[in-house]
Amino acid sequence: MTPPAIRIHQLHKHFGALHALRGVDLTVQPGEFFALLGPNGAGKTTLISILAGLVRADSGTAEVMGHNVVDDYRKARQLLGVVPQELAYDPFFTVRESLRIQSGYFGLRHNDDWIDEIMTNLGLLDKADTNMRALSGGMKRRVLVAQALVHKPPVIILDEPTAGVDVELRQSLWHFVRQLNATGHTIILTTHYLEEAEALCNRVAMLKQGQVVALDNTASLLKNASELRLRIVISPDLLPAELLSRVIRHENNEYILGLKAPAEMENILASLRLAEIGIHEIALTQPDLEDVFVQIMGRT
Amino acid sequence: MTGFYTLLYKELLRFWKVSFQTVLAPVITALLYLLIFSHVLAEHVQVYAGVSYTAFLVPGLVMMSMLQNAFANSSSSLIQSKITGNIIFVLLPPLSYLEFFAAYLLAAIARGIVVGLGVFLVTLAFTRVNIDHPLWLMLFAVLCSGILGALGVIAGIWAEKFDQLAAFQNFIIMPLTFLSGVFYSIHSLPSFWLAVSRFNPVFYMIDGFRYGFFSASDVAPGLSLLVVLACFVALSVFCLLLLQRGYKLRH
Repeated sequence: MTPPAIRIHQLHKHFGALHALRGVDLTVQPGEFFALLGPNGAGKTTLISILAGLVRADSGTAEVMGHNVVDDYRKARQLLGVVPQELAYDPFFTVRESLRIQSGYFGLRHNDDWIDEIMTNLGLLDKADTNMRALSGGMKRRVLVAQALVHKPPVIILDEPTAGVDVELRQSLWHFVRQLNATGHTIILTTHYLEEAEALCNRVAMLKQGQVVALDNTASLLKNASELRLRIVISPDLLPAELLSRVIRHENNEYILGLKAPAEMENILASLRLAEIGIHEIALTQPDLEDVFVQIMGRT
Repeated sequence: MTGFYTLLYKELLRFWKVSFQTVLAPVITALLYLLIFSHVLAEHVQVYAGVSYTAFLVPGLVMMSMLQNAFANSSSSLIQSKITGNIIFVLLPPLSYLEFFAAYLLAAIARGIVVGLGVFLVTLAFTRVNIDHPLWLMLFAVLCSGILGALGVIAGIWAEKFDQLAAFQNFIIMPLTFLSGVFYSIHSLPSFWLAVSRFNPVFYMIDGFRYGFFSASDVAPGLSLLVVLACFVALSVFCLLLLQRGYKLRH
């Protein structure tokens, strides 16, 4: 039987007084496109750093494709590609040199065919002989992605790869990553853009203060989110008192109200009519991952 | 082994790409020392019979340049990588701590020897220096560059800012090298400073190295070799222990 792509068991980590991870359990199966979500400081990067061997856990175990990241670190690291969050580059080298050197670290010589393929997919080919210093931030980010892929790792972790990145790169990156996922690579993604996670990932874990507070298929998470959303723009800006408990968000005269069932719309409209408040815009929407996220983070 | 060779190649390429600053500059500095000190002191000082003061200076300057540059190579590479964050490129791959250490160490030795050779070659324009024991010289060049290379790895791992590294260089490496007998024989010192010098490991590096040129030295060459070997082994073991524990690299 194929071992899980990632298996994390009862992972704890302290940084001084901060208890960054509090007994995290998580399993990601091969071929999944998995989102790791959570607010800043939730422990996402710490978790990734432990998998990558950059941080050592206080207790618990972490495995990549069945290989322990401490005892069997050579195999674990060979099977893992990590795109770090911080933009780093070596100013002494060109793009191609950087990728060749990174291949060498993973024990690969004569890797140019694959390097060319990655550069083509990431739109880096015409910058191959440019020094890293001369690249824009977006281009450096692409090289960082390419460096994580030189050794064709079956498990790829992307730690906020689209932070501060333009639309074009974002789209080409997701196209490429989807392609990698389709050919069997396991993808683990952290991002603050929840619409990206919703569109791409089949399963989601949410972390808060070092604990997993939600872990489910993206579809089930959305389905189980209890409330529908009704967006209305009204004038005058005087929402009847009986509707105040439904308000989820409010900006100027725009209100997002929560509903348990579509039928409740009747009551809302009746209240507004009674108070002689005009409705300029109205829309009923399903909750998105961001709504679920806010709900879960607020609840726990 | 490909990982190790690649890291070594990367480290060599790193200093070679900026050789103007990493090789030529220290050669010029050493040349200036030679010109100034030999101009001022050549008439007044003779340390060993049959050896001019200018010739006496050469081994000391060669060794001093090797030591400073071996230290600079590993320490500056590591601190730059740590500060710019690109250290992650060598921490993510499956490189063992032994490969990591060996690559940084050998690159430091290579830089030390390239600079030392450069210094030696330009001094030939000003004085003639015999080489009595070439193999002995090579052994000392490798071991002493290795000591400072290992120390550079330790300092590079320990330091979190450039000024901490500069402090290490200015308050430890520089005094130890300048007070080691590069410019004088320790027998010309008052007895207190003579005794202090015997606790300076750099003194044994310079003195043993000088023996390779002139077959003359302040202490027995075997003692110098012993001290140098002991320092190399001790610092290497200490450095490997730090790397194995992931000290300041893997938190």
